[in-house]
Amino acid sequence: MKPEFYKTFGFLFWTGVAAIATAAFLVVTFERPGTTEVQMGFRGTAMEVVYNNRNLDRIQARNIIPAAIEPADPEGPRASEVFENVQVLGHLSVEQFNRIMQAMSEWIYPNENPAESCNGCHVPGNFAAEDIYTKHVARRMLQMVHTINSTFANHVQDVGVTCYTCHRGQAVPAAVWSQAPSNAPASRMWQVAGEQNRPVAATGYATLPSDPFTPYLWRDEPIRHLSGTARERNNNASIIQAEWVYGLMMHMSTALGVNCTFCHNSRSFASWETSTPQRVTAWHGIRMVRAINNDYIEPLRDRFPPHRLGPLGDTLKVNCTTCHQGVYQPLYGAPMLRDYPELNPPPRRAEGGSQPARN
Amino acid sequence: MAMLTFEAKYRVRGGTLVGGNLFDFWIGPFYVGFFGVTTFFFTLVGVSLILYGAAIGGTWNPWLINIAPPDLSYGLRLAPLREGGLWQLITVCALGAFISWAFRQAEIARKLGMGMHIPWAYGMAVFAYFTLVVIRPVLLGAWGHGFPYGIWSHLDWVSNVGYQFLHFHYNPAHMIAVSFFFTTTLALSLHASLVLAAINPKKGEAVKTPEHENTFYRDFIGYSIGTLGIHRLGLFVALSAGFWSAVCIVISGPFWTRGWPEWWNWWLQLPIWN
Repeated sequence: MKPEFYKTFGFLFWTGVAAIATAAFLVVTFERPGTTEVQMGFRGTAMEVVYNNRNLDRIQARNIIPAAIEPADPEGPRASEVFENVQVLGHLSVEQFNRIMQAMSEWIYPNENPAESCNGCHVPGNFAAEDIYTKHVARRMLQMVHTINSTFANHVQDVGVTCYTCHRGQAVPAAVWSQAPSNAPASRMWQVAGEQNRPVAATGYATLPSDPFTPYLWRDEPIRHLSGTARERNNNASIIQAEWVYGLMMHMSTALGVNCTFCHNSRSFASWETSTPQRVTAWHGIRMVRAINNDYIEPLRDRFPPHRLGPLGDTLKVNCTTCHQGVYQPLYGAPMLRDYPELNPPPRRAEGGSQPARN
Repeated sequence: MAMLTFEAKYRVRGGTLVGGNLFDFWIGPFYVGFFGVTTFFFTLVGVSLILYGAAIGGTWNPWLINIAPPDLSYGLRLAPLREGGLWQLITVCALGAFISWAFRQAEIARKLGMGMHIPWAYGMAVFAYFTLVVIRPVLLGAWGHGFPYGIWSHLDWVSNVGYQFLHFHYNPAHMIAVSFFFTTTLALSLHASLVLAAINPKKGEAVKTPEHENTFYRDFIGYSIGTLGIHRLGLFVALSAGFWSAVCIVISGPFWTRGWPEWWNWWLQLPIWN
């Protein structure tokens, strides 16, 4: 090596080129500082949610609720008395019924010509007809919204859900899932998840199995597989189960725009004592999503045309992202349901006194 | 205290950075110097504050004593003593003591006519600590992002910060740091086993020379870095481990807020295969 080689033109030139290339790479791949944190646990536990302000602006911009339609008079004749074939919303007044139909068309089939929106579900000129599959789906979805707003108040609290929580102006909500064909050759040597090493947004782009939804949000496989004591003997959970669960947790984190410490103190993921109250809400949410997929969406499989099904023929189902879309309270907790009392379940006729509307 | 036979050789006057001759003396075998005084002062105050914090903390169980930084809501302001203020004062004392110690090492190196390898090497560890409790909290805007002082509590902090980014093993600087840590231990174990083998020959055999050591490694892996080189290499890999540790934590939050697996999307999105 020449003495003082570092003073030669070649060395300086190529060092400069490398420095500029490195700086460009870092600028492109990382985020500019400017962050917001929310403390979740006792000070010093590092249980916090971390946001870059630019990402936050982007997420906030796409989670704004549309202006509410003028409220409708709940008095007057019932929809079931005036219109033909009203099976789910018959308890509403005619004015309320028309209002919620208008809202649904704007939330699900927005169109410059409002009449076109109605045609998403209705046969033009014959609103009572049952010919279009979407009408059957919409009816079931309304029943689902009733169930969510009553039975699952422990997850949706009194914010509740409307059609807009998922649909956001689209006939098929943006974030849905179905089973994907396996991309891993079957092995007799070891157990492999059928969909390993397929980086997808749903599981945070990790190499974890990309379909943790089938076992946990459709079927009812046990999620809590950690041993409660050191060297527990009868814990037969496999590594692949752990990876599925990790995948599900990656999904929940990315769906809510949070991280593991939103619910857990990672010193012990299993311990409820050191977890945050949000973990209880999430626990109910898993049950809610399971119920939605099993009781409301999958039974509609035969109704859907093939292009509305996944590649393996199952329905397009929901997961946490379907409602949350990157926010830990969908639509930043905007109480949209309050503006649409039509979406509360019909009051039950209770014997001997009134029954609370919820739960 | 009687001096050891070789000690006189090391007791060299001068070479001080601050204080001239004033603190240029020894107490027993220990050099004092200006920075010895400041180290002692900061250590005394800092340890006293830790003991005070333990006394008001509700437990004397050494595993559970916890002196936590303030809530994030205090931002970069001072917090009340019992709500993180102690942590702030202890951090000041710790940095005072650590930095004083590095300068004391520099003074001793000057006395002995050595290079500054030891203060720089130690300085890397101090830099990593400074990154954790000053640089990153300042970049994020709150002292509450520092780690708590406690045996278990700081482990919880490490674990939770990792899970703030979903899967910390995907942090590129963490990958580099871990690789350097493993390389350091591997290099040290190879070097130590070589030296121990060379200087502990079989009964009846002579102690082996560096030439023998070089030959062994040339046979073994085709190359020997040499007796001086191995120490340069060891210094490099060890300091790199500390340096990249500091990098991997300072980029987590200020320069990346999502899960670390997602950072690698630049690779997935390269126009070559995308």
